[in-house]
Amino acid sequence: LSATPEAPKEDGRPKWDNKFQYILSCIGFAVGLGNVWRFPYLCQIHGGGAFLIPYFIALLFEGIPLLHLELALGQCLRKGSIGAWNTISPYLGGVGVGSWMVSVLVSLYYNTVLTWVMWYFINSFQEPLPWSVCPLNENRTGFNEECYESTAVNYFWYRKTLNITPDIAESGTFQWWLILCLAACWAIVYLCTIRGIETTGKAIYVTAIFPYLVLTIFLIQGLTLPGATEGLIYLFTPNLNTLKNPRVWLDAATQIFFSLSLAFGGLIAFASYNPTKNDCEKDAVTVALVNSMTSLYASIPVFSVLGFKAKTAYWDCLDRNIINIINEFDLPEESIMRQNYTFWISFLNSSYPEKIAGLKLKSCDLQQFLDQSVSGTGLAFIVFTQAIILMPGSQAWAILFFIMLFSLGLSSMFGNIEGVFTPLLELQIIPKSAPKELLSGIICLISFLIALCFTLGSGSYWIDIFDRYAASVPLLIIAFFEVIGVVYIYKIKRFSEDVEWMTGRKLNLFWQITWRFISPLLLLIVFMAFVILQMQKPPSYTAWNPKYEGFPMKEEKVYPPWVQAICVLLAALPGMCVPLVALFHLVKQRHRSKEPSFVLPEVSSCQGANS
Amino acid sequence: DAQNAFKVRISIKTALGDNAYAWDANEEYLFKAMVAFAMRRYSSKSTTQISNVLLCNVTDRVSFWFVVTDSSKNVTTVPGSEVEAAIRMNRNRINNAFLLSDKTLQFLKITSTLSPPVDPPTPVWLIVFGVVLCLIVAGIVFLIVSGIQKHKKKNKEPTERENLEEKVEVTLENGIPCEALDLKAGHINGVFAADDDRFTSL
Repeated sequence: LSATPEAPKEDGRPKWDNKFQYILSCIGFAVGLGNVWRFPYLCQIHGGGAFLIPYFIALLFEGIPLLHLELALGQCLRKGSIGAWNTISPYLGGVGVGSWMVSVLVSLYYNTVLTWVMWYFINSFQEPLPWSVCPLNENRTGFNEECYESTAVNYFWYRKTLNITPDIAESGTFQWWLILCLAACWAIVYLCTIRGIETTGKAIYVTAIFPYLVLTIFLIQGLTLPGATEGLIYLFTPNLNTLKNPRVWLDAATQIFFSLSLAFGGLIAFASYNPTKNDCEKDAVTVALVNSMTSLYASIPVFSVLGFKAKTAYWDCLDRNIINIINEFDLPEESIMRQNYTFWISFLNSSYPEKIAGLKLKSCDLQQFLDQSVSGTGLAFIVFTQAIILMPGSQAWAILFFIMLFSLGLSSMFGNIEGVFTPLLELQIIPKSAPKELLSGIICLISFLIALCFTLGSGSYWIDIFDRYAASVPLLIIAFFEVIGVVYIYKIKRFSEDVEWMTGRKLNLFWQITWRFISPLLLLIVFMAFVILQMQKPPSYTAWNPKYEGFPMKEEKVYPPWVQAICVLLAALPGMCVPLVALFHLVKQRHRSKEPSFVLPEVSSCQGANS
Repeated sequence: DAQNAFKVRISIKTALGDNAYAWDANEEYLFKAMVAFAMRRYSSKSTTQISNVLLCNVTDRVSFWFVVTDSSKNVTTVPGSEVEAAIRMNRNRINNAFLLSDKTLQFLKITSTLSPPVDPPTPVWLIVFGVVLCLIVAGIVFLIVSGIQKHKKKNKEPTERENLEEKVEVTLENGIPCEALDLKAGHINGVFAADDDRFTSL
C-alpha cells in the first residue's frame, strides 16, 4: 500500500483532529434530551435516591461493557456498522443493516423534536411570552374556550404549535410553520455534517460544551428560587421499598441502554476514524461515566425548577381560596395570610360550616403538586415553560433553555447521521469522485421530505409511536446479536488479542466475564421483560380532544389495527434484518458452491486488516 | 337591594401595596361623584346629582351596594341596564380616579371588554426565523464554496509536479488539458476516478 503523497491519511479515511474531539463527539452523542427529561422523571417515580442503585448496577454490567465492545469494534475494523459486520462475517451483515435502519428511523423523528424546540426558541423573543396569555375569543368578552379550560401553556403547545388532531386516524393538515422550522433544522444538520466528521468535529465543540454552561446557569438560578429545596428533597429522598418492584430494575436497564445510544452504529462509526493504537477501554469508561454524571447534574436544576413550580402552584391555590373566603365573609384585605390560613379555615369551618362548604374550596397540598410528574416533551414544553413564565426575565431564561435543548439534541443528531452516513459512504452509493457534500445533502433532503409527515396534525402521535417502537425493541435485539456475534462468532480470544494490541495491555477479566455471560444474559432478560410488559395491554395512547367530557384531561384511546400493524413493523423490521441477511448469504453460498456448506467463511482480524 | 342595585368590591391593598390609601367618607364621596358623572355623560342630561347615588352596606372588605335614584321621577331607581351601560362607557375614567384597575375595582354584575393583545404586523417569530435561516444558508454556501475551492486546488497540484506518473497518464490518456476539466465546477473528475482502480485495494 503506497500512501498518496499529498494526503496525510494513509488509507484515505478521514480522522479526528485530536482525541478530545472524538471523546467529545461520543459524549455529545450519548448525552441527549433523555438525560434532561427522562432520567429525572425516572428518579422521581422510582423512589428518588434509591433509583441510583439499579442505575449504577446496570451501568456497570450492561452499559460500560457494551460501550467498550462497540468502540473497540469500530476502532479495530475501521469501518462503519454495515462494513464492520460484513467484515466479521457476511452472515452477521444483518446486524449492521439493522443498526443502519434504526439510525435512519430515529434521525427522522428526532429532528422533528428539534423542530419543536426551534419553534419555541424563535417564539421566545416576544414580550409577553406567547404561552403565558390566552388569546381572546371572537367577541372579546373572554378568553378562547379551549385555552381557558386547560392552561395557556397547554393551549400553546397543543393548538398553536402542534395543531393536534383528536385522533391518530385524522391526519389533519400540514402546519406550515412547522415545515419552515423543519427545513431550518435539516439545514442546520446539513451545515454541520456536510463533510462528515471534518465539520461535525468543529461543531461539537460548541454543541457538546454549551449545554453544560447553561445547566450550570440554571443550577445557580434554580437553587435561589423559592421551593427549590422542597423539589430537591423530594427528588433525592430514597425510598428503598421501590427496589422490590421489578419494573424499577427494568427501567434502570433500559434507561442506561438508550441513554448511551448503543446499537445505533454511530459509536462504531465514530471509533472507526480513530488511529488503531488508541485506548478504547479508557474511552468507554470515560464516556459512560460522563453520561451518567450529566444525568445526575441535569436533574438538580430540573428539580429545583419543578419544586419552584409546585410551590408557586401551591401558593396560587392558597391565594385563590383566601380571596374566595375574604369575598364571601367581607373580611378586610390581608386579614388572612398564607401563614394563618389553616387557623382561619378551622375557625370558620366551626362557626359557618355551610358557607365554607358552599365555597367549594380546593384542598391545597404541596405534596400533591410535587407528585405531578411528567417526562419527555411534556416536561420541556408544558411544565418547564410554565415555570419559566414565573421567573423574572423570562425571555432570557426561555431562550437559554431552548438553545440548550437544541444543542443537546443536535449533538445526538450528529451521531445518528454519522451512523447513516458512514456506511453509505463505504458502500459507495455515489461514485467515489463525487464530493461528500453531495451524499450528506441527499441524506438530509430525503430525510426532510419524509419527515414532513410529522408536521401533520397527527404528527406528534406518530413520533410517540416511533419513539416507543422503533427506538426500543430493535436496539435490544441488535445489541444482543452484537455481543453474541463478537464473543462467539468472531471468538472472544481473537477479540481480546485485538483489544490488547490496541490498548497495549491485557484484557481485564471483568470484560471477559461481562462480554461472555453477564451482558448477553441481561440483554435477554431486559428484552423479554420489555416485550412481555408491552404485550400485557393493547397499545394505547392519550389524545388531546377538546370535545372530550373529561377535558382538559387527555383521552385514552386504543390504536386502530392498521396503526398497530405499523408499530409491529417498526419494531420487528430492523431486528428481522439479522436472520434475513444470514439466510440470504446462506442461499447465495449454497447456490455458488452447489454443496451444503455450513462452514463460516474466513473471518478477518483487525490486526491483519491494518498491518 | 333591588335588582337595580350593584355590588362593588374594591381591593386597594392588592392594587397599590404600600401606597394604599384608606377607604373613608371622602373616598365614598368621590365614588358617588364618579357614578353621577358617568350617568350624566351617558344620558347627557344634567339632572343626576351626587345625592342621587346611594351607598349601603359598606364592609371592611371594602365592598358595598349602590343604587342610582331618579329625582325627577318620584325617587325611583334608575334601571340597572342604564347604570350598567353608563359604567361600562366610563369604566376607564372611574378606574383611574381611584388608581385601580378592572380587577381591583369590581362591579360584580358588569363584565368588562378585554383589551386585545398587541399584534405586530409581522409576527416576531417570523423575523427571528428569517435571521436564523439567513445565517444557516450563508454557512452552507461558504462551506460548499470552500469545498469546491479545496477540490480545485487538489486537482491543480498534481499537474504542477513533474515526478508523478498520474500526471503523464492524465495528459496522455484523455488528451484533455486539466484546466478544461476544472471548468466542470471541479465536482466530478473522471480521470482520477479511473485511476483509483490501478491501486490495489487495502
